[in-house]
Amino acid sequence: MLASPPPISVDRLVKIYKTVAAVDGISFTLKPGSVTGLLGGNGAGKTTTIATIMGLVLPTSGRVTVLGAEMPKERYRVLHRMNFESPYVEVPMRLTVRQNLTVFGMLYGVEDLRGRLAELARQLDLADLLDRPTGKLSAGQKTRVALAKALINNPDVLLLDEPTASLDPDTADWVRGHLERYCRERRATVLLASHNMLEVERLCERVIIMKRGRIEDDDTPPKLLAHYGRRTLEEVFLDVARGSGIQREAAQ
Amino acid sequence: MTDRVDSAALPAIGGWTHGSLRRIAAMMLRYWYLLRSSWPRLIDLVYWPTVQMVTWGFLQYYVATNAGFFARAGGTFIGAVLLWDILFRGQLGFSISFLEEMWSRNIGNLMMSPLRPHEFIAALMVMSVVRLSVGLIPVTLLAIAFFGFNLYGLGLALVAFFFNLMLTSWAIGIFVSGLLLRNGMGAENLAWSIMFLFMPLTCVYYPVTTLPGWLQPVAWALPPTYVFEGMRALLIDKVFRPDLMIDALELNAVLFAAALFGFLKLLKSARRHGSLMQSGE
Repeated sequence: MLASPPPISVDRLVKIYKTVAAVDGISFTLKPGSVTGLLGGNGAGKTTTIATIMGLVLPTSGRVTVLGAEMPKERYRVLHRMNFESPYVEVPMRLTVRQNLTVFGMLYGVEDLRGRLAELARQLDLADLLDRPTGKLSAGQKTRVALAKALINNPDVLLLDEPTASLDPDTADWVRGHLERYCRERRATVLLASHNMLEVERLCERVIIMKRGRIEDDDTPPKLLAHYGRRTLEEVFLDVARGSGIQREAAQ
Repeated sequence: MTDRVDSAALPAIGGWTHGSLRRIAAMMLRYWYLLRSSWPRLIDLVYWPTVQMVTWGFLQYYVATNAGFFARAGGTFIGAVLLWDILFRGQLGFSISFLEEMWSRNIGNLMMSPLRPHEFIAALMVMSVVRLSVGLIPVTLLAIAFFGFNLYGLGLALVAFFFNLMLTSWAIGIFVSGLLLRNGMGAENLAWSIMFLFMPLTCVYYPVTTLPGWLQPVAWALPPTYVFEGMRALLIDKVFRPDLMIDALELNAVLFAAALFGFLKLLKSARRHGSLMQSGE
C-alpha cells in the first residue's frame, strides 16, 4: 500500500526578488496532524515561504508540494483542502459576516453551507455578528471572522501568518484554544508563522527558526530550549536573531 | 462535521470543472451584495451616462435645427453617446469589480481559493453586463422621453453592436486587470482612462474619413470603429451593414485572445514577483 504524501514538503526552496534572496535553499517536511511554528525576525523569509506554499509566489528554484500536489503548478488539485489566514489580506469589509462566509463557502465548494455557517457561528461565537458589516467589527471580532473564513472548508492544511497579531491577551488566548481544538479534532496540519513565542510554545510541537532566508534551527521546543540553554523560546529567538546562539556554540 | 466537494476527483473539461458554475455564482453574489450595500455605487452607475446623454442630446437638438445634414442624421449623436457608454461602462464595470478586490485587499483570498482565473474573468464579465444594465437602461428610457431617440428601435442591429462593443470592453478590462495584478494600485489610473485612448481613434462621433489618411488604418484595426460606422450607416443611410459587424467580430476574437494571453502572462509575472500578496502601489 502506498504511503500518503506529506501534507507539506519544501525541498531546497529558493526565492530571489531581483537580487535579494528572500528564501535561500530551505527544506522541511511536515507530518500529518502536526502543528509547526515558523519563527524569524522581520525579513527572515517566513511570509515568502508561506506564500510559496500557498501557490501565490513562484519559486526561483526548488520544489514545494502540498498533499502531493506541486505548487503552484498543480494547486487546483488541493486548494479546496487548504486555507489560510494572513494580515496581508482581509475579508471584504462592506459585506456582512454571513455574506462573506457564504461567498467563501461557495468558492470552496462547501456542502450544506447553511449548516456549516451555523456550526462556525457557534464554535467561534459569531452568532450575534452574522448580519453586521465586517468593517464595523472590532479587531478581535474581525480576527474571529478571518478564522471562520480560514476554517470554512474544514481544511486539512492550514497556513496561519500571525493569527493573533493585534489582539488583546484574552481574545488571543481564545483563538489559540480554538485552533488547538480544531487541530486535535480534524488532525489538520498547521504551519504557523508568529512573533508570539508564548503562542508558539503552546501550540507547536516543532519549531523552525529562519534568519535571512535560511533555516537556523529546526527542533521541538524542549530540545531548542535545551540546545540554547534557555528557559523560554523568546530567549532562544533573541539568541538566534542577535547571533549569540551561534557565538555560544563556537565558544563551546 | 460537514463534507467538502472533492473537486479534484471531478471531471475537468477545458479547465471548467463541476464547481465552476458555483464559484462564478459566488463571485457574482459577492458583487451583488456589494452593490446592494452601497447606494452611492448604484447612483454612480446612472449619474454619468445620464449627464452625457442629456448634454449630447441637447447638442444634437441644436445642430439639427441649424443644419440640414444633421436634421437628416437624426439621433447619431445620442446613438453614438449610448453606444460609447456601452463600450466605456462595460470596461469600467469589469475593471471596477476587479478593483473592488484590490481596494478591499481580498485578491490574496481569491487567488488562494479554488477559484480559477477563467472563472473569475467570467464572473467579472457577467457583472459588467449587470452594472451596465443598471446604469444604461434608465438612460435609454430617458433618451426616448427627452429626445425621442429609441435605441431599441435599432432592432437586431443593436444586438450586433452591443455584442461587439462588450467583447472589446471585456478584452480591455481583462488586460487592465492583469496590469493591476502585476503592478498593484499604481496601475489604477489606467482602469479609468485607457478607454479614452480609443475615443478619437474609433471615430465615435465622426466618420473614419475625417481622420488623416495615415491614421485611418489604425482606426480600422479597432473593432469599435466598425460598430460606430455601422451605426451611422443605419441612422443616416438606413442600411444595416453585416459585413462591418463580421469584421468587428473577427478583430474582437483576436483582441480577446490577446487579452487573455496577456492576463495569464501578467498573472504568472505577479506570482514571480510576489505581487499577489500586496495590494498597494
